[in-house]
Amino acid sequence: MARKPDLRRFPGFLPLTLLCIFLLYAPLIIVAIYSFNNSASITIWGGVSLRWYEDVFWGPESDKFKQAAINSFVIAVAAATTATVIATMAATAMLRSGSFRGKGASFALINLPLMVPEIVTAVATLIFFSAIGFSTGLLTILVAHIVFCIPFAYLPIAARMQGIEEVYEQAAQDLYATRWQAFRLILLPLMTPGILSGFLLAFIISLDDFIITNFVKGAGVETLPTAIFGAVKQGIKPNIMAISTLLLAVSILFVTLSYFAGRIGQNRK
Amino acid sequence: MAGGIGSGPGKSARTYAGFGVPLILPAWLVIGIFLVVPIGIMLVYSFLTKEFRGGVVWEFSLAAYDQFFFDRGLFGDDPPQIEWTYILIFWRSIWQAGLATLLSLLIGFPTAWFIATRPASTRTIWLFLITVPYWVNLLIRTISMKFLIRDNGPLNTWLLEAGLISEPIHLINTWVAVQLGLFYSYLPFMVLPIYAAVERYNFALSEAAADLYASRFVTLTQIILPVVKPGIIAGCILVFVPSLGSFLAPDLLGGAKNFMIGSLIDEQFKGAAGNWPFGAAAAMILLSMVMLVLIFYARSQSRREET
Repeated sequence: MARKPDLRRFPGFLPLTLLCIFLLYAPLIIVAIYSFNNSASITIWGGVSLRWYEDVFWGPESDKFKQAAINSFVIAVAAATTATVIATMAATAMLRSGSFRGKGASFALINLPLMVPEIVTAVATLIFFSAIGFSTGLLTILVAHIVFCIPFAYLPIAARMQGIEEVYEQAAQDLYATRWQAFRLILLPLMTPGILSGFLLAFIISLDDFIITNFVKGAGVETLPTAIFGAVKQGIKPNIMAISTLLLAVSILFVTLSYFAGRIGQNRK
Repeated sequence: MAGGIGSGPGKSARTYAGFGVPLILPAWLVIGIFLVVPIGIMLVYSFLTKEFRGGVVWEFSLAAYDQFFFDRGLFGDDPPQIEWTYILIFWRSIWQAGLATLLSLLIGFPTAWFIATRPASTRTIWLFLITVPYWVNLLIRTISMKFLIRDNGPLNTWLLEAGLISEPIHLINTWVAVQLGLFYSYLPFMVLPIYAAVERYNFALSEAAADLYASRFVTLTQIILPVVKPGIIAGCILVFVPSLGSFLAPDLLGGAKNFMIGSLIDEQFKGAAGNWPFGAAAAMILLSMVMLVLIFYARSQSRREET
């Protein structure tokens, strides 16, 4: 009998996939290449150099970018940490606490920040702080970031918790561990990869946010994205391409870390 | 209290039973106070009177919605006519988001299919390649696109040098540039849910169709597409919804002539317009449109589960 053709293959799908990946990466790679351009013009190629990276770290605008980077980093660490704690508690409630009042609505609420368009969240948050007379600044950015980091931290944490059978905690309790001990000594260590993965994703999401930050940041306070946006408004300069490439590298590093953190211990079944 | 040795993994005893409410409370408080309440206040603000240079006067007014839909002339005493400016901005947002969704689907479906049919070992690598851009800063991706398609940017330079064009293609500050930006921004959102659907697809269905002499095309349109439709719909929503409210693509790539809803709203708070109630009203209209799409989606999902 003749071998049937492979039904999984469709002609042209491989080229389209390669085109898709090419489209996704080409602009980023081109910017990364041009960030090493030894020329004051952003279009004329003048050989390889690190001068624009030097400019980012020691140039005339370096103080501005350094302060913005510190703000971004502090906010991202604080927002991701808080969101991870809240998301871990929420996941324990949703997956390990049986039924309780408002459980159905809780899932929708946790995911609400993903469903509301960013610009709407930005407007609502700005109006809220203005209405209660709270002046905008680092604290308002932090609060806004915690809100939208929660669902991003929740997803990998809940996925991990779903994969851990409850028998371990039950065994601990049979051996007279308290609930808190069962949580701290059994569930939490097993959860570590998921929690780490959730933290890292929340961290990137906070680090990347522009629209909401731009609305609630207040005058004079900048994070990296808002500082970059402000600079780009006056035209793309080579130092912007260098700083973009750095941020790109940080994002890729953290996604890779999160990816591997999520995979730790997944192979043993 | 705990299940004891006899209770298998299936019948869990719910270790933290009774602690559900205190554990979920922080999430409720944070999202409730800092997202749900603000949206409520935003709704209230959309019915207040504007104060010049931003902010509001606490006086009920329908002016924001009136300004959105009706034109009453320079002094506000002409007979009301339909105001097309804002409706057209919304209309442009809808069709640009729709076109971005269609383009992403045309390239996203084959990509998702191709990746889902790879052996498990290489599949994760392909998938990782699609996921990474999803996490890269949207601002940086939009700037990259702006750099690439500038009049004297790399794309035009190469096309000129290759002799494919005789003068630079002017893309920046046109709707085409916005379109490219939207498509580029949200393409990974299309691939991932379709991938998840194709991965669960049972290929015995394709074999059965082939045994009954169905052509490849018929198998694709009559068997495969209906089965993976939930993934396609999810992908379309994930591209359409953020495209609709997008700010960076129209702002950085479209310039002043290609306003979308996001830029219109931004203008009321950050720009020269300074009309908070109008911005709140426009945001409410956008939010209502998105919620309609999501409710429609949830309905179709629950109908699917019933059958």
